[in-house]
Amino acid sequence: MAKVLMKGNEAIGEAAIRAGCRNFFGYPITPQSEVPEYLSRRFPEVGGTYVQAESEVAAINMLYGGAGVGKRVLTTSSSPGISLMSEGISYIAACELPVVLVNIVRGGPGLGGILPAQSDYHQATRGIGHGDFRLLVLAPASVQEAVNLIYEAFDLADRYRNPVLILGDGMIGQMMEPVEFPPMRPLDSLPEKPWAATGMKDRPQNVINSLYLNEHELNAHNFKLKAKYDQVAREQVRFETWRCDGDLDVLVVAFGTMARIVKTALADFNAAGGRGGVFRPITLWPYPHEQLRETARRAKKVLVIEMNTGQMIDDVRMALGPDREVGFFGRTGGVVPTPDDVLAAIGEVTGKGAAR
Amino acid sequence: MKAIFGYPKSLQSRTTHYCPGCTHGVIHRLVAESIDELGLRERTVAVAPVGCSVLAYNYFNCDSFEASHGRAPAVATGAKRCRPDLIVFTYQGDGDLASIGMAEIVHAANRGEKITVIFVNNAIYGMTGGQMAPTTLPGQVTSTSPFGRDTELAGWPIRVAELLATLRGKAYIARVAAHTPLLTIKAKAAIRRAFDLQRRDECFTFVEVLSTCPTNWGMTPNEATEWLERNMMPYYRLGVLKEPGDFVPYSVERG
Repeated sequence: MAKVLMKGNEAIGEAAIRAGCRNFFGYPITPQSEVPEYLSRRFPEVGGTYVQAESEVAAINMLYGGAGVGKRVLTTSSSPGISLMSEGISYIAACELPVVLVNIVRGGPGLGGILPAQSDYHQATRGIGHGDFRLLVLAPASVQEAVNLIYEAFDLADRYRNPVLILGDGMIGQMMEPVEFPPMRPLDSLPEKPWAATGMKDRPQNVINSLYLNEHELNAHNFKLKAKYDQVAREQVRFETWRCDGDLDVLVVAFGTMARIVKTALADFNAAGGRGGVFRPITLWPYPHEQLRETARRAKKVLVIEMNTGQMIDDVRMALGPDREVGFFGRTGGVVPTPDDVLAAIGEVTGKGAAR
Repeated sequence: MKAIFGYPKSLQSRTTHYCPGCTHGVIHRLVAESIDELGLRERTVAVAPVGCSVLAYNYFNCDSFEASHGRAPAVATGAKRCRPDLIVFTYQGDGDLASIGMAEIVHAANRGEKITVIFVNNAIYGMTGGQMAPTTLPGQVTSTSPFGRDTELAGWPIRVAELLATLRGKAYIARVAAHTPLLTIKAKAAIRRAFDLQRRDECFTFVEVLSTCPTNWGMTPNEATEWLERNMMPYYRLGVLKEPGDFVPYSVERG
C-alpha cells in the first residue's frame, strides 16, 4: 500500500479502524480532538459508531460497556481527560476488559497547557487509578510507529485481556508524516470472547464485575492479575537502541518524540568525534530495565532527557541501581528541547563540547 | 395440574440480601416477569449500580455488568451501541442515579439511548447507612440531615422523572409504586411497556419506582408504607409523564 501524508491524530483513528475497531467513545480535548473528528466522519463509511460522550467519565464507562459485550473499543483523550477516566480504567483493568486508550499528552499539572509534554509518565506507568493494576504502555516516536502500535494494541489488549495505553504527545498528534497503513482486519477474524456479556443462551451467566466482598477472593483475584502482569513483563518488553554499538561517551535515555530530537543532536555529537547512543523504551510498562542495564554498562555517562521535570528517570535509576550516576535534562509545559539544548546538556555531562 | 404461578426464569433462585419490608424484591420480580413474558432473557444484559442493588447480578438470571457509582447509563450506552441487538437495562437507586450519576442519566436520555432504566427511589442512601439523598424530602431526618432536610442548605428533592420528561426527544417516562397489589400491577404494566418499547427499538425508556426503606427510615414495614403514601406520593406524583407518541418531529414544530 502506498504511503499517505497524514496528521498523527487522524492516522491513529484510521489505524484503529484497520485493527477492527468500530466503536469510539470520547470527548473533545486539545490536542487530540482530530481523532474524534476523523472517526465521526470516517465511521459511517465502514459501519462504525461514534458516540460523543458527555464527559471523559462517561466515555470510559461507555468503553467498559462496549468492551464488556465483546467489541474492540477505543477512546482517546489528553492529560486532564485521562485523569477523569482513571476510576473507570481501574474498573476495566479489574474486570480484565480489553480496551485501547490513547493519551495525547499536554502540559500539566491542572489545566496546564495544550502543547506537547511527557508529564503523564508516572500516571501512565504506575497504574493510573486506584488499586493494584498495570496497563501496557506503548510510546511511539513517529506517526508511523503510532499507527503500528495502535494496530497491534488491540491484539495485545485481547491477548492479555487488559487495557493498553498509547502514550503520545502533542507532537505525535499534530504533526503530519507519511504513513503506510496495515491491511483492513476482517471483523470475522477477530478473536472470540466467550467471557463477554452477550446474552446467556446455552451457557452459564457472564458477569462483568470487580466487586469481591470476600477478602480472600479479592486477594486471589489480585494475585491472578499479578501473574498476568508478570507474564506481560516477560513477553512484551520493547525498546530501540540507536548507535549503541561499542563503548559510548554517553547513553541518552529518552522516549517518544524526545528520542528523535536526541538522535538529531547525537548525530552532530558523533560527527564531531563523540560517541553517543540512544536507548529508547517503546514499552514504558513493562519497562526494559535489564536491557537498559546491559546497554548502559558500555557507557561512561548516562543522561535522561524528558519533557517533564524527571519521571522516567525513576525507572532508569531502578534499572541502574543507586551507585550509578544518572544525569537529567528536562523542559516542561510545552517547551520542546531543541537539538542545541540537547547538545548543551550532553556537553555538560560528557565535558565534550559539540556546538552545531 | 397446570402451574399458574412460579419463579420467573429471569430471576435466580436464591435468597436476596435485602432488608425485610424493602420493595427491591418486588421490583426485581416485576422486571424479571416482564423480560420472561416478552421472551427477551437470552439477549438481555443487566447493569447493576452501586448501592443496595449492587449485587443485582446475583439475582437477575441474565448476563450482567456491575457499574461504577452512577455510571450505569454510560455502561448501558456502550453495550447497546456496540450490540444494538441486545436488550440492555440499568437498575439504579436514587443516590446512584440522581446524585453522582445525574450527568450520565440526563445525557443517555437526551441521546435517546434505546435502553431501559429502572430507577428505585426511596428518598435515602440505603447501603451506606441512611444518609441524605437528592431525593430526601424536606424535613426528612437522615444520618446526615439529623435535624431534617433544610431546603435552604440542601435544596429541594429532585424529581428526576419530571426533569427527564422536559427533554426534547422521544421517550417513555413513568413513575410508579410497588407497595400495594393494585400499584404493583400498574408498576408491572409500566416496566413491561418499557421493555417492549426497547424491544421494538422505539426510544429511551425510564420507570421510576417509589420504594420504602424501613431500615434506614427507622420504621416498621407497615409504617414505611404509610409514610411513603403520606409523604412521597404527594411530592412524587405517580403516572406516565411522557409517551413516545407525545414526540413532535422538528419539522412539525417548525410548521
